[in-house]
Amino acid sequence: MQRRQSFKTQKQPLQVHHKNQTDLSAWRKGGRIDPEKNVQNHQSPNNQKNDSKQGSLEQALSYFEKVQDRVSLKKNSVLQKHLTTVESIGLQSGLPPEAFDVLLNVALSGKLADTVNTRLLKSLLPASVIPETSVVSSVSWLCVSKCSGNIQLLFLRWLIAVFDFIDHKEQLHALYGFFFSFLQDEKMCPYVCHLLYLLTRKETVKPFRIRRLLDLQAKMGMQSHLQALLSLYKLYCPELVTITLPGKMKTYFKNSEGPWKAGINTVRRRNQENSPVFQPLFLGTAQPQSRKRKWNTQLIIPASSTNTNNLEEDKKKNRVDLYSMSESFRVEQLQTFSQLLQNIHHLEFPSQMGSVLTNPLLLHYMNCIKDESIYLRLYYWMGQTLQEECTWCALDNNQDEEEFKDFLETVYKTECFLQEGFSSCEEFLYKSLPLWDGFCCRSQILRLVSWIPLGSFSEIKSHLYDPLAQFFFTSSLYFKCSILECLKELLQNWLNWHVIHLDSESDSQVHSSNTTHSELLNEVAELIHFVGWIATVALRLENNPTFLLYFILDFYETACDMYLRYNLPLLIMPPAGVFYPALLSMDSVTLNQLCYIMYRYRTNLVAAKENELSKKEMVQFRFSNQTYQEYNQYITAMVGCLWTSSVFQKDIHPQGLRMDDELLKKTAVQEFKNSFNIVYHPAMMGYAVLFLQQAWPDDTTFNFSLIKGKKWNWYLEYLYAHGLKGLKVFIESSINRVSRASHSKA
Amino acid sequence: VEGVARTLLSFGRLSRGLPFGRAHGLSSRDPLLPLAPRSQENADPQRTAFLLRKQWTLYSVTPLYRFSNAHLRDYARLLSAFIAAEKQKGLAVEVGVELDIKVAVSSLPYLKGSDQDQAAILVQLSSRSPASPKNSEEKLIWSGWFCCVSGDDLSKNVPEDFTCLPLFLVNGAECYTSIVGSWFQKTFDCSFRRLAISPLILSWMAAMWTGCKVDKTASAMELVFSVPCLPQPLDISYAIHPEDAKALWDTVQKTPGEIIQEEVDVFMDCLYSHFHRHFRIHLSATKLVKVSTAIASAHCDGIIKFLQSQYLTGVLMLLTELAISQIE
Repeated sequence: MQRRQSFKTQKQPLQVHHKNQTDLSAWRKGGRIDPEKNVQNHQSPNNQKNDSKQGSLEQALSYFEKVQDRVSLKKNSVLQKHLTTVESIGLQSGLPPEAFDVLLNVALSGKLADTVNTRLLKSLLPASVIPETSVVSSVSWLCVSKCSGNIQLLFLRWLIAVFDFIDHKEQLHALYGFFFSFLQDEKMCPYVCHLLYLLTRKETVKPFRIRRLLDLQAKMGMQSHLQALLSLYKLYCPELVTITLPGKMKTYFKNSEGPWKAGINTVRRRNQENSPVFQPLFLGTAQPQSRKRKWNTQLIIPASSTNTNNLEEDKKKNRVDLYSMSESFRVEQLQTFSQLLQNIHHLEFPSQMGSVLTNPLLLHYMNCIKDESIYLRLYYWMGQTLQEECTWCALDNNQDEEEFKDFLETVYKTECFLQEGFSSCEEFLYKSLPLWDGFCCRSQILRLVSWIPLGSFSEIKSHLYDPLAQFFFTSSLYFKCSILECLKELLQNWLNWHVIHLDSESDSQVHSSNTTHSELLNEVAELIHFVGWIATVALRLENNPTFLLYFILDFYETACDMYLRYNLPLLIMPPAGVFYPALLSMDSVTLNQLCYIMYRYRTNLVAAKENELSKKEMVQFRFSNQTYQEYNQYITAMVGCLWTSSVFQKDIHPQGLRMDDELLKKTAVQEFKNSFNIVYHPAMMGYAVLFLQQAWPDDTTFNFSLIKGKKWNWYLEYLYAHGLKGLKVFIESSINRVSRASHSKA
Repeated sequence: VEGVARTLLSFGRLSRGLPFGRAHGLSSRDPLLPLAPRSQENADPQRTAFLLRKQWTLYSVTPLYRFSNAHLRDYARLLSAFIAAEKQKGLAVEVGVELDIKVAVSSLPYLKGSDQDQAAILVQLSSRSPASPKNSEEKLIWSGWFCCVSGDDLSKNVPEDFTCLPLFLVNGAECYTSIVGSWFQKTFDCSFRRLAISPLILSWMAAMWTGCKVDKTASAMELVFSVPCLPQPLDISYAIHPEDAKALWDTVQKTPGEIIQEEVDVFMDCLYSHFHRHFRIHLSATKLVKVSTAIASAHCDGIIKFLQSQYLTGVLMLLTELAISQIE
């Protein structure tokens, strides 16, 4: 019967939303892809045909893996067959990543004839990506020069052509010096230049390399490929390259895509269609971009570093830095949490702050760096994006509701992550709520409402409460409960915020801002009064359903504990319109919840009184007598209703249950005096019946008056054992003292 | 001169309070000055001539992060490489070499309202024919400019790292707008949004511009209305002789040099009732979509054409206010 044990699972202040807080180990960015899966993805159509293709490719690969000596192509039909397989698959659908290791090895090891090697290299087109490791191992073959010069050249051209499809390039960058040494080979020089051109970064430009290039130029004359590399070096480090280079150059490099051109275009198209490599990390879950976007709004921005680094003027200023390796850590390199910790002192923010939303590591960083400009950048971007994409505000109906929903969800998750609401989001809500239909993206909007920051003081009534009240009164029971839930979250977020700021304030200055503090109190009070009002009206409208009462009392479970749990000198009792429906509820869950709440009110008020008496508190934060008075009225009604059976006589609340005996007699209810106590209360009678059945199994008259004296105490134990813990703490704290006499009498 | 700026700003603050420029809430008590021809002193007609008689599409832009006037040449270089890269889709592009499309980024220091305003920035794309790159004339294919005329409201609130140029005007193909815009968004972490002009603002423009003096014999004032809820679009064009309009406005305006919302309403109502007398059509039930006068013409989609250089900064001041209200 009793499903809820609310106070056992009390939420602690500052509780983190576990569902949104990702596990540390999961913060490895999802950029890498599983090669196996990828292959399957790309070969899914025409399954049967592909199965056989797949089979023959596997055979071919294992053949090439094992092939030992020089085999003549003309005489060996097995080799011919496997070579044709590789060619046809390579050129039609592309090869899977694991094929490159095998095929590059065999092609560059010089085991087979050059005609075979050439045909292999020409068919080496990726289905999706080429693993970096296979490229690195083939470079090592190049260094031992087992293969002929022509194959070496072809390999370099291939490398340039497929450069963009190599999955990572860090290790390749590490081989920069090897490639550079190949420059002295006259035939290879143009292609090596091109490759170096693709690999060069600012930090790879070194004086000795420039000297070497200049030497080569002196030896070989003005070559366009050398000039290209030199001009790139000059672009990165103009003070190191002092020679003047001709400004105009039509083409630096010969078209090296050559034999792969058509194939590469196909791969590029295919990769664009289902680009798994660039799928953004969406706080753990990948989100596909569903439609072509307008240029000026991008909901998911990949984190990329600022590209204004190579401005001429900046470089001159930072000349000292050029020789040292201390560069700022680029956001693209940031993959793991430990990297963040190691590089936190020289990490730079991405060029577009909007990208932090999908990057938990950067959110951590943002949490550490309290810089106004990063918040302002995010503020502008988010404000504009929300308005531009809002499906019910924007002028043109180009917007995609699902996408907008996802975006709101992301913003909400970010707010949970940072434990902080965005002001751009707050402004968006104020602007869009009056136009909202109350249906579109409902749960997302309500979640964002719960993160409206405390302390904005900006007519929150007209901006938030008025439109919310309109929705509340005109909507279904379920929506009413959702709004109450969201307002409870809002209150909790405010209180958490208050606790944090109280802590940080007490560190620095002591109560320097009393005015703002009282304004905060007013804002919290306004929220609680608003909920009291809508709850009262809703209970009347919906005829006191238990479901609604649960959400209302849930709100008050937070509100009743603000003084002790959140250190906020404010307690507001629920209005009579909430209190009495809960007290007279037919449901024991509700009654138990109310008992718990009243117990917490008591504990808070007692603590406040004690602090007041010992003058620990500042005098101005004393609770008003009205709060104590209201509490006392309620407690009298409750004790009368649950214990002394005297609610009709003793209740003194103006909206209470006090009734004249004359009037009560007219109801023709026998023993009306006993109608309300823990035995006769409609919410408790079920327990009383079960108790009677157990205590007097033979008695079928349901004589409730048997429950008295010792039995009364047994009955209490029976109730507690059935999970009515709220009732227990209430009775133990509020009743035994008040009515010990009646207890012992009974 | 100072009075002009102050009263217009108070209008700006009001319009900022309007969510999405909706009509209610504009207090009629706040007086407004029309666009006084203050711009004569600093805007040389010669220098601004290239901005006139062209259709400019309006955008609002959030403050640019780490933009510096000292780097305009570099920006041009990087932007031209970006354009080439975008056009080649995914192929590596050499930075710094001359490409088919030349980019020029320059400053228009004379185009501002107050000392706090940033100098306007002009971006021009021109193409050369690939056949004979040296001899052929460069042809301007796209231009866009960022400006801020009396945008103190915005600029005084942002930190040093940010540059406030909230209004962006574009003439040229959309594909270039998107490339240039994307580059600015990526480089300076700003956001662009189309800036629509609400019918309320259009009626203000109609009233303001009617009252302005123009030297030559001016062309007719034209208002275009669109009839809503029809299967086929139906536009009603309403042309008024400028002198008639001016005469009407002079009877409506109580204090010269000041406009209030009530006067604008009365002015428009007079025009509506005149139209109703002749055609039995209530224009008040339609939507004002375009206003053309000798000063400028404005379309609700956010398209403007400047016609008089002496009123250029005045119109820009109003548009800056609109852009700021969309950003904040």
